[in-house]
Amino acid sequence: MAHGPATLADGWGKYISRWVFTTNHKDIGTLYLWFSFAMFIMGGAFAMIIRAELFQPGMQLIKPEFFNQMTTMHGLVMVFGAIMPAFVGLANWLIPMMIGAPDMALPRMNNLSFWILPFAFAILTSTLFMEGGGPNFGWTFYAPLSTTYAPDTVNYFIFGVHIMGASSIMGSINIIATVMNMRAPGMTYMKMPLFVWTWVITAFLLVAVMPVLAGAVTMMLMDINFGTSFFDAAGGGDPVLFQHIFWFFGHPEVYIIILPAFGVVSQIIPTFSRKPLFGYSSMVYATAAIAFLSFVVWAHHMFTVGMPIAGELYFMYATMLIAVPTGVKVFNWITTMYRGSLTFETPMLFSIAFVILFTFGGFTGMMLSIAAADMQYHDTYFVVAHFHYVMVAGAVFSGTAAVYYWLPKWCGRMYDETMGKVQFWIAFIGFNITFMPQHFLGLAGMPRRYADYGLQFADWNMVSSIGAFMYGGAQILFLFNVIRTIGWGKPTDDPQVWEGAEGLEWTVPTPAPYHTFATPPKVK
Amino acid sequence: MLKRAQALFLGLLSPVIALAMAGNVSAESATRQLNMPQGVTEVSQAAYDIHMIMMWICTVIGIAVFGFMFYVMYAHRKSRGAVAANFHENHVVELIWTIVPALILIVMAIPATTALLKVYDTENADIDIKVTGYQWKWQYEYIGEGVKYMSELRTSQDEIYGRAPKGEHYLREVTEPLVIPTGKKVRFLITGNDVIHSWWVPDFGVKRDAVPGLFTAAWAKTDVPGTYVGECTELCGIGHAFMPVVVEVKEEAEYNEWLAGKKAEVAEYASTIGKEWTFDELMVRGEEVYERSCAACHQSDGNGIPGVFPALKDSPIALGAKEGHIAVLIDGVAGTSMQSFADQLSEVDIAAVVHYERNAWGNDVGDVTQPIDVLNYKQGQ
Repeated sequence: MAHGPATLADGWGKYISRWVFTTNHKDIGTLYLWFSFAMFIMGGAFAMIIRAELFQPGMQLIKPEFFNQMTTMHGLVMVFGAIMPAFVGLANWLIPMMIGAPDMALPRMNNLSFWILPFAFAILTSTLFMEGGGPNFGWTFYAPLSTTYAPDTVNYFIFGVHIMGASSIMGSINIIATVMNMRAPGMTYMKMPLFVWTWVITAFLLVAVMPVLAGAVTMMLMDINFGTSFFDAAGGGDPVLFQHIFWFFGHPEVYIIILPAFGVVSQIIPTFSRKPLFGYSSMVYATAAIAFLSFVVWAHHMFTVGMPIAGELYFMYATMLIAVPTGVKVFNWITTMYRGSLTFETPMLFSIAFVILFTFGGFTGMMLSIAAADMQYHDTYFVVAHFHYVMVAGAVFSGTAAVYYWLPKWCGRMYDETMGKVQFWIAFIGFNITFMPQHFLGLAGMPRRYADYGLQFADWNMVSSIGAFMYGGAQILFLFNVIRTIGWGKPTDDPQVWEGAEGLEWTVPTPAPYHTFATPPKVK
Repeated sequence: MLKRAQALFLGLLSPVIALAMAGNVSAESATRQLNMPQGVTEVSQAAYDIHMIMMWICTVIGIAVFGFMFYVMYAHRKSRGAVAANFHENHVVELIWTIVPALILIVMAIPATTALLKVYDTENADIDIKVTGYQWKWQYEYIGEGVKYMSELRTSQDEIYGRAPKGEHYLREVTEPLVIPTGKKVRFLITGNDVIHSWWVPDFGVKRDAVPGLFTAAWAKTDVPGTYVGECTELCGIGHAFMPVVVEVKEEAEYNEWLAGKKAEVAEYASTIGKEWTFDELMVRGEEVYERSCAACHQSDGNGIPGVFPALKDSPIALGAKEGHIAVLIDGVAGTSMQSFADQLSEVDIAAVVHYERNAWGNDVGDVTQPIDVLNYKQGQ
């Protein structure tokens, strides 16, 4: 450790080069986290536009053409720009510190995998300013709407997705290599913190399915520019083929988003329960089981496409099975709290909300798995409500919990607890006002991705929009609290930070020095 | 403290209670509907039943799990002096909560399978209707009857854009609904013409994707006459929210009368196709057709959307030879979203809309396009 990182005192040139050329896992983690927050704000702004237009029936603010671009970009930016990079950022910061490694196994690739991301999203969002507008075919980009009938800018979208995929694959390979090779002596697999476990499994999922996505968009590229007909019925192709390929990627993708969230919550709940995680090994096995099942249930997204009944039945039964390992996890979290000594700091509040709301999303997921009922739910606001319960209250809540939980370790300053709790309650209430009514809207018959709707849906849409603005406001408070903490928070140098925190990352000094575990710790 | 817990508990339950109580709202007074409609067919009833079973199972599990969780959060908090235990495993408990949910699922699979078999029971239909999704309208063809027509949104662009007050049936009204009789098993053969659409009538429990190049089947049989409104449920472009499905169920005698009327219309239309229309008649009819079938892309003012949908105002095609203009409507433009309207609009409507486009928004070709011109083009192909 000859010298520390360049700071602003060394001049702008050196400071900027530090971030551009960095191979330090903490720096790269920080970059990922700030990038994902920027994308979160952008995707959130798109959502606000959607909810503002849906505030009342009729088209008031934007045209349907732009509305479709907003729903598409909101989905793409949130999934690929906000949630996934946020968890890669957490992985970068935490995995080396949790397993007692000095850095990631492949630091230069780490730098590359981050720095291609801003370019991917610059390419993607630049289409909004081009003639023809941005992608307008939904984040699932079903062909032929996304091929024959797409604006010319779809080619930018395709290249953007390719770059995002490359970034994810490199990030995953790095995590797998790090965990397999750089664990401290004595850190056996079954001693690894659950966050590390969930990330390793996620990384395998990513390596398996990202190439499938790349294949799908490449076939689109061929159909659009080189006259092939993979997805064009007129040329002997099949639009349904696209859906099979997409969801073979898409279903594991949703577990890619949620598994690291499981990991985060499995770290936080024991800390504030002051009690070890209940059922550690069953947690590991349940995660692996969920990951395996994610590969064999994809067509439950396609129950209305006209599959033969044997296919419907198989995908229905397989999907119902997911409830078993997921239930195990929920029971384990609650039993961890049972006979603990509970306190409710902000990270714990977000984690508890995660367990409740994610479970609620799991219930609606079980309902959706029943094919006969799904004939009514499919592509309605019921589905929108379902996946926002697992994506927002699941992934985003756990990401927020993670930032509050580890921020003092990262920067050596405490956040403002009151502000954190206020943010939590605004977010929690706003979230439920936004998405609970969407269940009613969907059951009453409102399809998703509708720019306009009949008068019978007016009331709940207005309620939902009000909730969305509230939830959006909570994120501004979050940003403010984080910046305030980094700049002016109350300094702390307690390595453990939280009374009940366990794990190697809590044994290094606070704030975590630029290089940790230059000599590996001994794990008993 | 107990009172507080009770209030909290009831508060959390209220959406569930509201959901359960709202089950029987009829389709027409659906403004405050919270739950899935029971509908009027065997299939919709089956979907509703399994939906309710699932919801009650989830509610019971939810009450048990969350109830225990709230108890823990209340009883084992540090501020009440709780001291943490140190257990972290119990194989018996873990085994139980793996096996019990699995057993519940196995039991659930039985009604779920029965309901699905009902959905797929499309054999032995009395009437076959081909449903084709177009951007952004539905075409209904009564197979073997020679009756075929388009069903398009009737709500005006003015209502949508707030230039006129919204009517009672805003976005729930079409030019011509699908008509089916009571007491007959009707099979829908569903396909798509351009992109994927999805044909949904909640009260029938029928939702099937309309995929180009693929036919999927669904069925309905009901004894309850009435008007049933549904939607397109697969994103299909800018008019996705503007292509509702409206089905009228009539008593059999009334249905037969209606069908005979449709057949007579077809015969009558064929005999009047040679009629000469005046400049102004064509402008009036052309504007109607344009607003319904063209304005969503090319816009009411003919300016299009730059980079996506070309302007018709001052366009070389609209100002050029009549035959070239007709050709675009009949043949479509390959590789773009401009589809062929040959099957969607009648010769009269195509003539009227071509005439309108050549003489509106400052386009002033001044010629007159007659239905016979369109017919000649079609036959000359």
